[in-house]
Amino acid sequence: MQNFLIFAILILGFIITFQIARASEFVSVIRGEEKTRKQTNKINAALLLVFLIVGLFGVYWAHHTLGDKILKLGSSASDHGILVDRMLKYTIITTGLVFFGTQILLFWYSFKYQESDKRTVYYFPHNNKLELLWTVVPAIVLTILIGFGIVYWYRITGAAPENAMQIEVTGSQFKWEFRYPGKDGVFGKKYYKNIDEVHDNPLGQIWEDAANHDDVYVSGQMHLVVGKPVRLIIGAKDVIHSVGLPHFRLKMDAVPGTPTTLWFTPIKTTKDMIKETGNSKFVYELACDQMCGAGHTGMRGEIIVETQEEFDQWMASQKPKYVQMKEAAAPAAPAAGATASKDSTAAPAATDSVKAVTADTATAVKKDSAGKK
Amino acid sequence: MSDTLHIQHGVASHGHSGEPHVHHHKETFISKYIFSMDHKMIAKQFLVTGIIWAIIGGLFSVLFRLQLGFPDQSFPILETFFGRWAEGGKIKPEFYYALTTMHGTVLIFFVLTAGLSGTFANLLIPLQVGARDMASPFMNMLSYWMFFAASIVMLSSLFTQTGPAAGGWTVYPPLSALGLASQGSKSGMDLWIIAMTLFVASQLLGGLNYISTILNMRTKGMSMTRLPLTIWALLFTAILGVLSFPVLLSGLVLLMFDRHLGTSFYLSDIFVAGQALPNEGGSAILYQHLFWFLGHPEVYIIIMPTMGLASEILAINSRKPIFGYMAMIASLMAICVLAFLVWAHHMFVTGMNPFLGSVFVLLTLLIAIPSAIKVFNWITTIWRGNIRFTPGMLFAIGFVSIFISGGLTGIFLGNSTIDIHLHDTMFVIAHFHIVMGVSAFFGMFAGIYHWFPKMFGRYMNNTLGYIHFWVTIVCAYLIFWPMHYQGFAGMPRRYLDKSSWVSFGQFHSLDAMITVVTIIVFAVQLMFVFNYFYSMYKGRRVRTQNPWDATTLEWTTPIHPGHGNWDGEIPEVHRWAYDYGKDGRDFIPQTEPVGENESSH
Ligand code: HEM
Ligand SMILES: [Cu+2]
Ligand SMILES: [Cu+2]
Repeated sequence: MQNFLIFAILILGFIITFQIARASEFVSVIRGEEKTRKQTNKINAALLLVFLIVGLFGVYWAHHTLGDKILKLGSSASDHGILVDRMLKYTIITTGLVFFGTQILLFWYSFKYQESDKRTVYYFPHNNKLELLWTVVPAIVLTILIGFGIVYWYRITGAAPENAMQIEVTGSQFKWEFRYPGKDGVFGKKYYKNIDEVHDNPLGQIWEDAANHDDVYVSGQMHLVVGKPVRLIIGAKDVIHSVGLPHFRLKMDAVPGTPTTLWFTPIKTTKDMIKETGNSKFVYELACDQMCGAGHTGMRGEIIVETQEEFDQWMASQKPKYVQMKEAAAPAAPAAGATASKDSTAAPAATDSVKAVTADTATAVKKDSAGKK
Repeated sequence: MSDTLHIQHGVASHGHSGEPHVHHHKETFISKYIFSMDHKMIAKQFLVTGIIWAIIGGLFSVLFRLQLGFPDQSFPILETFFGRWAEGGKIKPEFYYALTTMHGTVLIFFVLTAGLSGTFANLLIPLQVGARDMASPFMNMLSYWMFFAASIVMLSSLFTQTGPAAGGWTVYPPLSALGLASQGSKSGMDLWIIAMTLFVASQLLGGLNYISTILNMRTKGMSMTRLPLTIWALLFTAILGVLSFPVLLSGLVLLMFDRHLGTSFYLSDIFVAGQALPNEGGSAILYQHLFWFLGHPEVYIIIMPTMGLASEILAINSRKPIFGYMAMIASLMAICVLAFLVWAHHMFVTGMNPFLGSVFVLLTLLIAIPSAIKVFNWITTIWRGNIRFTPGMLFAIGFVSIFISGGLTGIFLGNSTIDIHLHDTMFVIAHFHIVMGVSAFFGMFAGIYHWFPKMFGRYMNNTLGYIHFWVTIVCAYLIFWPMHYQGFAGMPRRYLDKSSWVSFGQFHSLDAMITVVTIIVFAVQLMFVFNYFYSMYKGRRVRTQNPWDATTLEWTTPIHPGHGNWDGEIPEVHRWAYDYGKDGRDFIPQTEPVGENESSH
């Protein structure tokens, strides 16, 4: 019923508009087309000026109502984000000046030079000085922006510091999984064909590799230490996802078969942010930013930034996946213990899996050194 | 309508000397309206097909905006139309993504590429360079029918069991390669690829024709530097298309292989839906390079024709020459060259080598310079003019305003440092809808209002035109300006429901407002479509040959030009296309010889 009503009103409005439009055409014929044309011209010229003024006010008003719903410039929660915010600020100022300047000229001239019998147009086909001016000035301004941009870009994409904590991030439809290298600081090798989500091996770790035995696996939530650089090694199991970290102003795609990396230093704990935003429910969110299928919109992860002590406490409470796997297997098949001890001597893994893993690290390393250049 | 058409059965005789063969032959309904080889009729075919697609594509956006604006509400009418895709009156995610994908594909390729270039290149190239038809009218006809076939295949994908393609208009693999990963990657995706293959063929046939016509079939005296800017713009557009569409095709062929022949061009190390796939060693990023090697030029394929149309309309209605004609050509050329060198700015966060990234930053921001030059030249063109605000002129001014707004946000995104943050957020949606979607539509509307008299010998209704303009420009800014703020909040694009998020829930009322405005603006576009078809038959008749007092050749043809365009000989050209307001004369047609004591410019 309601739909029908809306529809009827639309149709009615349409018919009325159309009749008016048709009538105005007849009227113009009667009154003399030239005269009507001149009058419409004046009206449209005036409207252009009104549009400019209302539009400028609209820009202000949009900022007024939406300005406090965005991530404030300068409120970034990571060191790299500060650079992004600063670049953003410079760009907003520069483009803002150009925006207001050009729009005002465009609409003002349209109004001012509306048709008038008194005016003779100025035949002005070209002027080399002017044209040179507005080639060179934008070029200079852009060069400055690019200059800052590229310096920041190299800083952000450059090699991570030696002491950076390493975390492996894996995206898949539609969840995030994380792996910490454990006490040895080394990620065990993995191979995608080993993935077995039912039997405690969601990442396809190769249990024969002893480096895997202390690797800690967590799903959905990643813990970081405030003030400590972290290097994410990012991958995906099925399709492309993207690690989007809006509060840290960072992002990196997760591509199946091609690991990527991203590093930064969180500078505010989750608690700091709760205080700063006044939102008791605040939590750093990890948003998938690359269309990855039907569940893309809910592909959410959480990040907890905490102090070193809190982090250590949390880490101590985590059981490596290897241990979980063993425990799950043990009651069912006690004989498995024998294989386990054999595993821990790190028997050489299947050759192709080793290849796969070394290729992984090689790419990651290459990227870092490229950043250093 | 045929009674009003004054049919001139001169078959095109190509070349400059141009006595048409006057062997009359009967035109049947089929040869005249359907398998027509007359460039003017083909232009109309492209335009009408484009309009139909625009209605479909626009309707899709209204539907998915309903979901975005009112996520908690259900719309039973949707279930009536879409059945299980919208059970309970709520759009399912799979279907939401299918709608957005079709919306993007249809509007970018079918409307703003085929509908726009197809219309204006076909209509204006022969008329403005002084030729009786395209270099190959047959290829030209084939180009339209390839496009038509592509349309049919794409349309049919809407009716498959698993639905149309749903991976976004960029259809990145592995998502688009694996039926296991998404409903939309099943048969709908095959149909998408087939449709696009036909589409590429259509573009190549058309493009080669446009290029050869412009280069070889100009009338006597029409040197390249006397061409109107529309023709220059269409020339560079065609060159871009001819060089970049094949690359898209190659990317799609490899995608087809990966889908059905077990190859691993784009696939590696994949575990999906509980099973590990055998593919190893492929690169998903390779596809993105192939795609964007077309994808970036594509956005200029869309905007360049409208730059040409706007330049022409601004000059005519300011009664003043376009400012900096040579600079306008040079900047089109610069855009054409640079458009091939910036594609990877869509891929800054795919893990590319940072050095490579910085090269693309440099090249990307270089492309902003020619765009800036054009804007300043347009503004100078209206400066000290004597402006007539026809609906076409208003849309041309709107085009400049919108192009400025959208071009400036490109400077944010082209700077990789900022793009890390804004990539794949609503900011990008705002950027490209403004700079490409809305401004190209404005240019296209300007062109339609302006050349409608040439197409049909009638005018469109002015009052409806003015309403159309004012509502559209206000709504366009209302819809897309606030989206930048959603982007600044980090809100990702392609999220249909923010209820599970802490960070993106603050824009409820904004989203609702945008949806309402979308519906209004869609209704007004329907009014434009009505105006178009109504005026075709009932519009005010054009009574003079040159209703806008323009200098270019198309206005030297009869009001209803027949196939062959000019009744007698093709006129000779003696000057450039922009002698408006020179030596105290309102305008001097291109066909008028240069007088003895005429001032030179
Ligand atoms: C002033 C010069 C411009 C610059 C510097 C620029 C820069 C960019 C960049 C860097 C992106 C990628 C953003 C991202 O995905 O993170 C982008 C996206 C886009 N731009 Fe522009 N742009 C400019 C003008 C244009 C023009 C004139 C058009 C079309 C007429 C256009 C259409 C698009 C489209 C369609 C996309 C998004 C494609 C997608 O991801 O779906 N841009 N632009
Ligand atoms: Cu996703
Ligand atoms: Cu681009």
